[in-house]
Amino acid sequence: MTTPEGIQDAAFPFHGNVRPILNEVIHAIDRLLDTGEATTIDLASLPFGPGELEHLEATLGTGELSAKLDALGISRIRETAYPGVWWLEHRNAHDEVVGRYLEITRTPEILKSQDADIAAGRARLEDQFE
Amino acid sequence: MKKTPTVGEILQAKGVSRRGFLKYCATTASILALPPSMIPRIAKAIENARRPSVIWLSFQECTGCTESLTRSASPTVEGLIFDAISLDYHHTLQAAAGDQAEAARHAAMEENDGSYLVLVDGSIPLANPGYSTIAGISNVDMLKETVAGAAAVVSIGSCAAFGGIPGADPNPTGAVSVMDIVTDKPVINVPGCPPIPMVMTAVLTQFLTFGTLPDLDKHGRPMAFYGKTIHDRCYRRPFYEQGRFAETFDDEGAKAGWCLYKLGCKGPITYNACATTKWNSGTSFPIESGHPCLGCSEPNFWDKGGFYEPLSTGKFDSGTKLAGAAAAGVALGVVAAAAGRRKQSKFAREG
Repeated sequence: MTTPEGIQDAAFPFHGNVRPILNEVIHAIDRLLDTGEATTIDLASLPFGPGELEHLEATLGTGELSAKLDALGISRIRETAYPGVWWLEHRNAHDEVVGRYLEITRTPEILKSQDADIAAGRARLEDQFE
Repeated sequence: MKKTPTVGEILQAKGVSRRGFLKYCATTASILALPPSMIPRIAKAIENARRPSVIWLSFQECTGCTESLTRSASPTVEGLIFDAISLDYHHTLQAAAGDQAEAARHAAMEENDGSYLVLVDGSIPLANPGYSTIAGISNVDMLKETVAGAAAVVSIGSCAAFGGIPGADPNPTGAVSVMDIVTDKPVINVPGCPPIPMVMTAVLTQFLTFGTLPDLDKHGRPMAFYGKTIHDRCYRRPFYEQGRFAETFDDEGAKAGWCLYKLGCKGPITYNACATTKWNSGTSFPIESGHPCLGCSEPNFWDKGGFYEPLSTGKFDSGTKLAGAAAAGVALGVVAAAAGRRKQSKFAREG
């Protein structure tokens, strides 16, 4: 596997903003395995030079599972090539990105069926019999 | 006061699922620069929040602040926020004019006495009240009358926050800022020329979500967005620390994307969120486009020397001191630049 150091060297002449995030991801994976604590990294709060965000995404790659959520615009939730590391991208109804996150967790919260939606769905199902 | 629906009720009426709501809350946390761990608390607060009334006053301004907000990169989020506030008065956006518009302003003030927000863009002329009037009312009179029953005032843009271009030397209209007039209400300054749309909506969102106003710095700016300098978050900062500077706009350093300090960048002493929030759907910000930061969110930035004069000219605060740090960076590389960074932090604290 390519190490973060190797990735950054290959990234020259990028500005050095990808490597700290990869290190943070490694620490978050350790935390998830040791204590079960999930971590969310809001990528909008971090500095990126031209091409660095794309480089981060390409570096993390694509894993086995991906999902599309259609609520207030399309969201794409994808497990990266590194299990437990998820790339979330929220778009609005105009297909503009409104949020980008890395979640280091077993299952992103937004993928789970929510109690309010389950209850509303149950009511709709019951209506089918009336 | 009339009973207004909660934001949760508004979203439910729009058929927004719980997943969609969580997505909205995640975006809101990002807007408020809060950690994602706050999302559950935000969700609970938003569900129960009620629409606040907002009165927007435009004085000596260019409408750039409204343009910035309405052409924001995330209209759906802003749309939800504006669905969640009651924008009862805004010259540019409202259909009513003249007496009808003024009647709407007075009605909003009466119905929401003590709880409405006043947003102001533009400075206020005091040399002659006739320089800027609305429906025959001078700006200063309208401001004083409108804020009397307000919960708080938000100064949108550098003109309202600090006087801006109208207040620049020789200040022919005697322009002053909102906080020069309003001294008995909380005033939140959201400077910038124009301000970042997300920062404008963040202040509204915080008020809407938690019913509180943000923590402010010494210039009355929300710390969440103005707590760090452009330089602190600039992706070109490694070049500053390596002593690599563009000397002209077309030299090899400029083409390689090196630090723009010597071309007049005011990033080291400018507090704003452009470097991370960015502009135009997150496309870039001035430095990423190859242009130095002008320092537009700092007080009186128009009167502090040429945009392309480096801080070493000393016309901006701390300029002379910072120039030493940069020069050391060129000569001695990383070690000296690190010293400069410490100096920069020290001078930033001293203001």
